[in-house]
Parts: sequence; structure tokens; C-alpha cells
Amino acid sequence: MSVKYSNEHEWIRVEGDVGTVGISPYAQEQLGDVVFVDVPQAGRKVTKGESVAVVESVKAASDIYSPAAGEVIEANAALAETPGDVNADPMGKGWFFKLRLSNPADLDGLMDEKAYAEFVKGLG
Amino acid sequence: LETCLSELKRTPLHALHQELGARLVPFAGYEMPVQYPTGILAEHAHTRTAAGLFDVSHMGQVRLTAKPGHDAAKALETLVPGDIAGLQPGQQRYTQFINESGGILDDLMVTSTGDHLLLVVNAACKDDDLAHLRKHLSAACEIEPMFSRGLMALQGPQASAALARLAPSVATMKFMTGAFVVIDGAECYVTRSGYTGGDGYEISTPADKAEAIAHKLLAQPEVKPIGLGARDSLRLEAGLCLYGHDIDTTTTPIEAVLLWSIGKERRAHGEREGGFPGADVIQKQIAEGAPRKRVGVLPEGKAIAREGAEIAIGGRVIGKVTSGGFAPTLGRAVAMGYVEKTHSANGTKVDLIVRGKPVPAEIVAMPFVKHAYYRG
Repeated sequence: MSVKYSNEHEWIRVEGDVGTVGISPYAQEQLGDVVFVDVPQAGRKVTKGESVAVVESVKAASDIYSPAAGEVIEANAALAETPGDVNADPMGKGWFFKLRLSNPADLDGLMDEKAYAEFVKGLG
Repeated sequence: LETCLSELKRTPLHALHQELGARLVPFAGYEMPVQYPTGILAEHAHTRTAAGLFDVSHMGQVRLTAKPGHDAAKALETLVPGDIAGLQPGQQRYTQFINESGGILDDLMVTSTGDHLLLVVNAACKDDDLAHLRKHLSAACEIEPMFSRGLMALQGPQASAALARLAPSVATMKFMTGAFVVIDGAECYVTRSGYTGGDGYEISTPADKAEAIAHKLLAQPEVKPIGLGARDSLRLEAGLCLYGHDIDTTTTPIEAVLLWSIGKERRAHGEREGGFPGADVIQKQIAEGAPRKRVGVLPEGKAIAREGAEIAIGGRVIGKVTSGGFAPTLGRAVAMGYVEKTHSANGTKVDLIVRGKPVPAEIVAMPFVKHAYYRG
């Protein structure tokens, strides 16, 4: 099981051919209090880099891009009632959706934990 | 960030914001706190239940003093439709600078001290406002910008208890009045007003005393620092206009449903009828109604319609959202915007177009959260 990060601050945790997607602790901090998350429906086919979800903080709406191509197999329905999970536990309870990967090679272009930490540091 | 932080102006409370761990952002040419570590939702809730301290020193404070043989209030009435000449010493009023076509150049608060008029204008407009005042009122008034002074808002149901501990006389002040008050040894000008829809004060301080007074206020158990993020969500719940968004040079006070701020003395057949720029347009709209109207819009469900979202009926666009967001007190999204007058009645079913999809919504009365002003 490995976690990889996009430069748009999404993470994807891969188990077998299923990836779970969320946003990083850095991203949730930048957004501030999350009040609404629009997650994709199961069955939707998405491409890498496609805007698939929207996260609304008090201040603004932000697009969430899929870090890999595949089919959405489950969305985190609990976020409708507790969007604050994205702030409180961005790598855990705050996940957005699960994806059956159609092209595992998509993951190759993503950053590992260490590279992402460096990337965030560089953003000042 | 488009603007380098180092080019931005700082308020007298800048060091305090840093000490408190604020997230500082560029706003109207200033480096301002958008939130503190607790976050916007907690700050919003604290202001609605206890007392929040806001740094609003970026706003423009201007003092007008009549030159010999002149009347400052009557002079100001040549630029605004509000009843300024009728202000008693210690009274405050909300009004707008109007252009020749009836549009709003800025909105402002005016308080009479008896000897002077004290104006508070929006930060982004203050240089233009000052030029406007100098161009039109120099013959009648001394015009003194006081842009370096501190200005703090203390807002919320416990604001009075907290401030009265430092300055007991403020407890009995009524909404929309002002008074000179000594706080921590400094002469301040306090008004009982604000931008949250709740009870509270705005406190104008000498620049070099702002930080000490802010510390004294933050030492009160009820008081926490609040950033511009919660200031925006609080004013939206209260249905109050944000200049540059809900009102601007293309909207008239009548379209914006600000007729209440135009004294009957200034309306047709009033004692001091008209006499401000765009008066012909505005008097006509008062008599006949405006073609569009600012309204509240309440979406069903949780999607948030932000500024710029279209308002439609049956696929036909009838207006646009000018402010929209999450209302923490209500736990749901709210919006305000302009719609064609024929579709502006409360209860009208509309769609808000959010990311290309229609979200069912309803035109509703504002405020979204009941005002709680102290009227004695």
C-alpha cells in the first residue's frame, strides 16, 4: 500500500487496483473550514486530471482533480453530513472517493511522501 | 499571491496579528488577517455568541469641519442622499456617495460630534473618496483624512459587557450613536454600530494606542480576535451590502433596497429635496420603482451559489448572485443578488446555476439572521 500525491495536493492511496482519493493536510489548511463537498457518483468514469469533485470552504470553492484514470466505485457519503472531516482527518475519514484504476501507470507521474513534503516546503 | 506582501500597507495592529498567528492576505492594499488559527467557523460562532474583535483600521476615517460661514452637513448633502443636516450631535447615519447616473461610488457611515462630521468609508475607495470630497467640498469644509488612526470593531452579544469594563459609559449608548470615550488613557471615538447585524461598537483610536487597547480588549474573557473571513460571513447573514460586490457604480440605492437610508427630507417634496448627484434618477425610481431589486435567495440543499452565479426561472436568466456563501449560524448556504423586479417577490421559486446545474432556490426576505441591535 502506497500513498502518492499530485501537485494539485490530492493524495491517492492504492490497494490492489483500487485507489482512495483525498486532499492533503496542506490543502485542507489552505482551504480553511470545509462546509460542503460535492463528490462524484459511483459508476462515473474519470480521466487523470479531470475535475471530479468540488470542495467548498467558507471562503471559496475549489476543484478536486482525479490523480488517475478509472471508474468511481464509491464516494464518501458521510462528508455530506460531516464535511469538517476533511479538515480534522484529511488522510483518513476525510477521503473523497474510491477509484478502480484503469491505467496504473498514471501513478508513476505522482510524488511520493518525501517528494511531496519537499514540494510543499518549496511553496513557502 | 499577485501582490507582494512587502508592498502592502500595514495597520497599527499588524504586529499583533502576527503574534496571534493570523493568516495574512492582501486586501484593499493592506496586509490583513483573513483568519486566526481557530478558523472562520469558530470565529463566526464566537462573534454570534460572545464578542469578536476585528481590525478594520484599513477603512478610511475622514473628518469634516465647516469653514466659517458654512455648514458641513449641508455641504455633505450635496454628495449623498442621506439626511445629514438632521443629525443631532452624537447621532450616526448610513449613506452613500452617488454619481450623476444614480450609481453608488461608495457607502459610508457619518457621525456628527456637534463640531465635526466623522466619516468612515471603504478601504478600497478611500483615496477616491478623499479626492471626491476635496473636489466638491473644499470651499465649505476642512477635509482631514485620518487614515493612520486605528479602527476596531467589537461585535457580539457580550461586546457591551467587555467594553464597559474598560469604559463604563458605553453600556448605555444606543445603536447608531457615537461618543468620545477614554479607553486606557487614550481619547477614542466610539460608535454603537458594526457590520455583523449584532450588537457592538466601532472604536477609533490614536494610531499609537491601538495595539495597547486591542490587548486590553483581548484580555477580557468574552473577546477573541476575528478575521475578515468571518466578517464577510457575518455581514452576509445580516443581509448587509459589500461595496464592489452587492453595490457599485452600476447599482442605485433604490435597486439595492437602501431606500430606508434616504431621509424623507431628501425625497420629493421633502424639506431639502434632492440636491445630490443623480437625484433625478433616484427620485424617479422612488416614485416608479426600479427595474431590478436586490433580494435574498435561499437554495435548497447544500450547494453554495457564489458571486456571479446566474438566477433563472424556467431556463431564462432573471438575475445574478452578488454575494453567496455558507451561513454558519444557519448551517446552510445563502445568497443575495439582483433580479428583475417582476420576479422579486418573496416566495418566488427560482434556480441558481451552480457549476452549470440548476439548484432549486427561493427568493426570501433578508436578513437571514435576525438583527440584534441595542436600541435601549
